[in-house]
Amino acid sequence: MQFWIIQGLNSLSLGGLLFLLSSGFSLIFGLMRLANLTHGAFFMLGTYLGATALRAYSSLNIWVAALGAGIAVAAIGGLFERLVLTRLKTNPLGQVLVTLGMSFIISDACLMLWGGDSIPVPTPQNLQAPTRVFGFVFPTYRLVLVGCAIGAAIMLYFLMERTRLGAMIRAGVDDRQMARAVGIPVSNLFTIVFCLGAGIAGAGGVLGGPILSAYPGLDADMLPLALIVVILGGIGSLLGAFIGSFIIGFIYTFGTALFPELAYIILFLPMIFVIAFRPQGLFGRVGA
Amino acid sequence: MKWIGVALIASSLLLPPLIAGDFYINLASQILIAGIFALSLNLLVGFGGMTSLGHASYLGVAAYISALLTSRYGFGHGAAAIISIAGTTAMAACFGVIALRASGLGFLMITLALSQVLWGLAYRMSDVTNGDNGIAGLTRPMPFGISLESPASFYWFALIVASFALVMMAIFVSSAFGSSLKGVRDQPRRMAALGFNPWLIRWITFVYAGFWGGVSGLLYVYYNKYIHPTSLSTTSSAEALLGVIAGGSGTLGGPAVGAALVLLLKNYASAYIERWNMLLGLVFLFIVLVMPAGLVPGFSRLTAQLRRESR
Repeated sequence: MQFWIIQGLNSLSLGGLLFLLSSGFSLIFGLMRLANLTHGAFFMLGTYLGATALRAYSSLNIWVAALGAGIAVAAIGGLFERLVLTRLKTNPLGQVLVTLGMSFIISDACLMLWGGDSIPVPTPQNLQAPTRVFGFVFPTYRLVLVGCAIGAAIMLYFLMERTRLGAMIRAGVDDRQMARAVGIPVSNLFTIVFCLGAGIAGAGGVLGGPILSAYPGLDADMLPLALIVVILGGIGSLLGAFIGSFIIGFIYTFGTALFPELAYIILFLPMIFVIAFRPQGLFGRVGA
Repeated sequence: MKWIGVALIASSLLLPPLIAGDFYINLASQILIAGIFALSLNLLVGFGGMTSLGHASYLGVAAYISALLTSRYGFGHGAAAIISIAGTTAMAACFGVIALRASGLGFLMITLALSQVLWGLAYRMSDVTNGDNGIAGLTRPMPFGISLESPASFYWFALIVASFALVMMAIFVSSAFGSSLKGVRDQPRRMAALGFNPWLIRWITFVYAGFWGGVSGLLYVYYNKYIHPTSLSTTSSAEALLGVIAGGSGTLGGPAVGAALVLLLKNYASAYIERWNMLLGLVFLFIVLVMPAGLVPGFSRLTAQLRRESR
C-alpha cells in the first residue's frame, strides 16, 4: 500500500514537471505550427542557470531563481525566434531543422560551460522537512511542485481564455490569415508565444532541478517525454498537455518502479494506442 | 557529358585502395556506409516528402542485433546478417504503421519519439546491450572465405554493397512505383482520386528505406567492430538528415555527396576541436538559412547559369 501511495505522489510530481515542460511546447506548436525541438535544451539550460545561481548565492530563493532563469531563457528564445525563425516563415521543415540545430548548440554550450559532471540543485530549506500524507512520509518539495504546475495551468488558462492577448492568440491558432486581416499582429504574437513557451520551460527546468539535477543529456531525456505528452494529449491543446503530462507521469513512474528496464517501452504504449485510434490526440482539434 | 561525369565518379571510387594510405581508405569506407544510410533516408525525405528524424533506429538496431547474435549467442555472420536485416525491416514495418498515421510535423515527432525510445532502451537495458559501455570485440564476416580485416579489402566489400544499394534505389525511384511515390509526395489527394493508395505507397517506401538503413547498419558494425548507444541517438539521425539536405534531397546522388561532406567535416573538425555537436548545429543553421535547396541542386543551378551565359 505504501508503495502505491508513494509512487502515486511521485507520479503526480513528475506529471507536474512534465506539464511545465510540455505546455510551452504545445502552445508554440498550436500557434506557430512549429515542432520546437529546442524545448528540451531550453529546459536543461534553465536547470543549469538555476543550479549555478542557487549554488553561488545560498540565500537565493528557488522561486526567484526560477523566475530569473525563465526570463533569461525566454530572452534567448525570443532572440532565436526573431533572428532565425522569422526568416523561415515559408519553410516549416527548415524551421524544425534549425530548432534541432539550436538544440545541439545549446546542449553543447552547456557541456562546455558546466562540464560533464551532474550538478545537484539544492532543495529549498523551508521545504526540506518531509510532509506526512495519509500517515506516509513524503518530500514536501514534490508536493509543492504539483501545486506549481496546477498554478501554472490556471494562469495559462486565464491568459488564454480571459485576456485580450489570449483572445488574439486563439484567433491566430484558429485562422492565421483572417487574424492578420483584422489587424492582429500575428508575427509579434509568434515572438511573445515563443518567449512564453521557452520561459516556462526554463523556469520548469529550475523547479525540476532538485529532483532531476542538471546533467548533460537532460535535454535528450526530456524532449521525448514532451513529444509523447503532446502527441498523447493533442498538439496545441493546453488541457491535453495537462492531462497527458499526468498520464505520462504515472506511466513513467510506475513503469520505472515495476519494470525498470522496460520503462521506455511502456512509455510509448499509450502513445501507440492514441495514434492508432485517435491520431489528433486525446484533446486535439486538428491532426498534426 | 553525363557519362564523363559517371566515369569520373566511378574511377574516383576505384582509386582509394590503389593510391591512398590506410587512413584515407578507412575514411572512404566510412563515406560509403554513410552514403548508403543517407540515400535510404532520402527515399523518405526527398522522394516521399516524409521527413524522418528517427532513421538512426534502423542503422542502430541492425547493428545491435548483429552484434548481439554474433558475440553472445554464437551465430555465424551469415545467419546473423539475415536475421538482423529481417528484424530491422519488420521493425520498420511496425514503425511505419504507427508513424504514417500522421504526416508532416506529426510524422517527424513520432519518428523522433520512437527512435528516442530505442536509444533509451539501448542505454538502460544494460544486461542485454551492455549500456553505455557498448558492445566491443566484434568481428568482421568472411564472405566466401575472404578476410575483410585489411582496410582495402573492407573498402572493396563496402563498395560492392554500396554500388548494389545505389542501383537498387535508383531502380526504385525511377520505376513506376517511384513515380507514384513522387505523385503522392506532391499531390496526395489527386493520387488518391486516381485510384492510388497513398498510405500503402508511403508505407512500402518506409519499409524499403528501413531495409537499406539496416544494411548500412550492418556495414557500420562490421567496420567499427563496436556498437554504442550513440549510434541510435538523435545526433546520428540528424547527421544523416543534414547530409540529405546539404546534398539536396530528392536528387539521387546529392545525399551521398552531402553525407560525405558531413563525415569529412566531422573527421577533420574533431582533429582540431572537441565540439562536434555545436559545429553540427551551426552547419544546420547555415545550410537551412543559406542553401535550403542543398549543395548539389545549388551547384547544378550555378553551372546551368554559366552555360547559359557562355552561349
